[in-house]
This record gives sequence, C-alpha cells and structure tokens, in this order.
Amino acid sequence: MNIYDDFPMLKKGYIYFDNGATTFKPQCVIDSIKEYYENYSVNAHRGDYTLSLKVDTVYEGVREKVRNFINAKNSNDIIFTSGTTESLNVIMFGYVKNILNSGDEILITKAEHASLTLPCFEISKLKNAKVNYIPLDKNDLVTVENVKRSITPKTKVIALAHVTNIMGDERPLKEIIELAHQNNIIVVVDGAQSVPHVKIDVQELDIDFLAFSAHKMYGPTGVGVLYGKDEYLEKVTPHNYGGGMNNDFSSDVSMELKRLPQRLEAGTPNIAGVIGFGSAIDYISKFGMDQIRDVEINLKKYALSKLKKLDNIEIYNDNSVGSTIAFNVKGIFSQDVAIYLSKRNICIRAGNHCSKMLKEHTGVKNTCRVSFSFYNSEEEIDELVKALDNKNILEESIM
Amino acid sequence: MDSSIKRAIIMQHYQKPFHKGLKEDSNYVKIKANNESCIDNLDLIVKFNGDIIEDICFDGEACAISTSSTSIMIHELIGKTKKEALEFIENYENMINEKEYNEELLGECIVYDDIYKQPNRKKCALLSFLEIKKLLTKS
Repeated sequence: MNIYDDFPMLKKGYIYFDNGATTFKPQCVIDSIKEYYENYSVNAHRGDYTLSLKVDTVYEGVREKVRNFINAKNSNDIIFTSGTTESLNVIMFGYVKNILNSGDEILITKAEHASLTLPCFEISKLKNAKVNYIPLDKNDLVTVENVKRSITPKTKVIALAHVTNIMGDERPLKEIIELAHQNNIIVVVDGAQSVPHVKIDVQELDIDFLAFSAHKMYGPTGVGVLYGKDEYLEKVTPHNYGGGMNNDFSSDVSMELKRLPQRLEAGTPNIAGVIGFGSAIDYISKFGMDQIRDVEINLKKYALSKLKKLDNIEIYNDNSVGSTIAFNVKGIFSQDVAIYLSKRNICIRAGNHCSKMLKEHTGVKNTCRVSFSFYNSEEEIDELVKALDNKNILEESIM
Repeated sequence: MDSSIKRAIIMQHYQKPFHKGLKEDSNYVKIKANNESCIDNLDLIVKFNGDIIEDICFDGEACAISTSSTSIMIHELIGKTKKEALEFIENYENMINEKEYNEELLGECIVYDDIYKQPNRKKCALLSFLEIKKLLTKS
C-alpha cells in the first residue's frame, strides 16, 4: 500500500508540515463526496423515496462509524457539527452555562486554544463565574498534582485539550477525569489535536464531553463531532432551532422537540461532508491509530535528532509526545522563517497558533510550528533541515 | 535599484530601526498596527506640530518587512505636512498594489518596488502606512 498515491495533494510539489491546521484528503474521501453529489444528491431524514433513504442510511452509517471509532456507547451520543469550535460552543453555551451559578469556577490552562478559551470567558461573564488556570509545570505540562491543587468546592467544570496544538503535550486525561469525577466536576475535552493522532476510547477515559474536527483527520472541512454522555447531552439546550429537530409545534408557541441526536442537528446537515468524513474514518482505520501514532512519533524523533544538530534552532517541546515541533530560528521572527521556507515549497505555520495566553507562561510569544502526519517522510524532514541549516535565512526571506 | 542594495537597506532598517521605542508623552497620539492575517503587532505614536508631522516612533514585534517598512516610513514622513504625507502614502500604496506611481516621490521606500512578487508580504509592507493614513484622514 502506497500512502503517497492516495493523496492528490502530495503530488503538487509541496512539503506539507501544517497538518495541525488541516490535513490533506485521500482520493477516497474526495470520491465519496463527488459520488454523493453525482449519484444521490438529495436531502437526509426525508425517507419518502429510495434515494432519500439511501442518504439517510449512509449518513446514519457515518454516525455509527464515529461511535465505533471513539468507542461511544450509543450512536445517539454522536452529534454532527461544523467543527470543534461549534462543538465546544454548543457544550459551553448549551450545557455548562446552565449549570453555573454566580461564583462558580471553570478550570482551564493558559495553553488552551481560543475555541475553548473564549466560550469559557464569555459564559463566565454571563454567569458571573470565574475562569481559573491550572498552573503548567516547568516543562509546560499539566500534572494531576496541579489539577488537584486547583480544584476548589466551587469548581464545576474542567475544560482542556487532550493534546495541545503548539507544544503537543498529551494530558493525563484518565487521572484528571477520575479526580474531577470524585469532586463532582464535569470534564470537557478538546480533541481536535488528539483524535487524529491517538486512539481515543471515551468510555475507558470516562469523558463527559469531547469535541473534534473531521478536516484534521483527513476528512472534509465543515464537519465536526460533539460527543457527550447521554445524561449530559439530554440536557443540552439546542444552539439552533428549526427543521429536522422538532416533532410538532403550534401557534400557541408550544413545540415538541425530537430526541437525540436530531434535537441538536437543526437544518439540513452537511451531508456531503459527513459522507466524506465516513470515508476518512474508513481510510485511517485501514492503518489503525496505533500504527499512525508510531509512524508520527518516529517522524518527530527523527526530525528532533536532526534539528538539534543545528545551532541556530531553539526547540521548545522536545519532551512532548504529540506530532508537533515548536521552534524558532534564533534571532529571526517566526513569520520570516515561514516565508523563507515557503519559497522552498515547505509549508509550516508561524505565530501564536490561536493560543495567545501561552506566552504568559513560556515567555515566548511566537513560534514556528511543524506538525506531522503519517504521510510525511524522513526525506521531507531532510529537506526542512537542509533549508534551516542556512546562515542567510533572514536575507533570503526578504526577497 | 539593484536587489542587493535593496536588501541591504531593508536589513539595515530591520536590524537598526529608526525611532524604535515608545515614549510616555501626552503630546503623542497612539495607534496600533496589527496585521489580521499574520502576527505583526506594532504600536506607533505620532506627534503633530500644527499641520506638520513632527515625530513618529514605534515599537512591537513584527516581521522583517513590516518592521523595516515602518522604520523607512517614519524617516520619510517626519517633517511633512498632513497633505504631503497623505500623498506620499497613497503613492506608496499604488506601488505596492501595482498601480501607476511616481517613483521620484518615494525616497527609500522604493526598496519595496517588487514586493508585489511576494503577495503574502504586501500586507506587511502596507501595515503601518495604512494606520497612519487612517489617522491623517481622521484628523
């Protein structure tokens, strides 16, 4: 099996190291979307004719694939959204907001992404609650000890990424969740950077809410997942009201809503996207998450061993297991490095990567980020290292 | 201008920028220049003497093109009237956006005359100019 042949974008002449932002799509994902638009392009949940029933079957089949992929108990615990951001917003505004009282506390960290942080900020203002931060240790990690110390009788929610998007550190979720549950705290997990790289078992980890995106795991943009335990999802107030989510309504403004998952999926869903997502899950399942993780860990090790030999490179996360490397070229603004590499058709990300509070802890405002996928190769890493082994990066970035 | 000379001028303004560092002085107007598509983040302060731009200083973190172009801009704008400064900026904008421009009026800003070849750098080259333009049109 040749991975290289599966991805049209791998043949465009780029070395793509921005997989943390989004991944390339395999041909099978593209084909399944095209197949829907060409051969059965009708609406879902309208089983009045054969084609529509086919859409329903395929669409609901993907829900079952997702359930199986994260080992959720019921496929009704899987809600399709537009992405991690929407999933987190639905959780925060539809559930967390409802359980917060004045003076209650939400625990997050300064390494969290804007999509988790900002909804927390907003509901804390609406409910006069407080956002507190679990201190990161000297290696920028969350330790169970620090979580324990941060919990107070007022703590209602812990919200954090499983794997962070810059440092790529994997949080000890199982222990954190156990500790949280002992204290009647619910845990919201941002899985955007972990579900594409690590096997997740929501039952084994006992996760209350999980959010992730299809496009970071070889699926299309505009599709995401909100997973929640039954007991919590049942209480989520819908973010959208409209067609497909109600059984009945009448002029006295009464309405009867459908059960899960339809209750939280108002309007015509992103049918093509969900179908493409199903193909993406099939595709990565052929390899298995353990194999994907092994390949990515080895790529990172290889890259670190080469980059460490360059004396102009400062690396910030060589201890983390995630498939990202955060670094700077000494004395050069990260954006200039990214533009320099872009001239050599190497795509990396520069900046604060939407985690703007992390600098308060690390003192480093902007970094370059390389994020790997299992389709990257050691040869590509060699090209990156060769490009960075240059005393004239700044000059060459200018013109 | 030869590209190695352009590069040398840009490097010089990036590494030793003109008027870098802010002052606490209530006679200055403070403005922010943040690039929405990347991470450039500059603060500028401007002091007018009647109709004349008497001083501009800046500080912050930004890429080589944003920083050097801000430095060169400050060098060019100090001493100009508001009207002259606006004309200067509009002429510069025309150059960056590949419209007709008068190269006689650009001073050292001419070093960016082929930045259009790097579309992802155009915003960097315009960042501070557009903020000063906003300020001048307002006052």
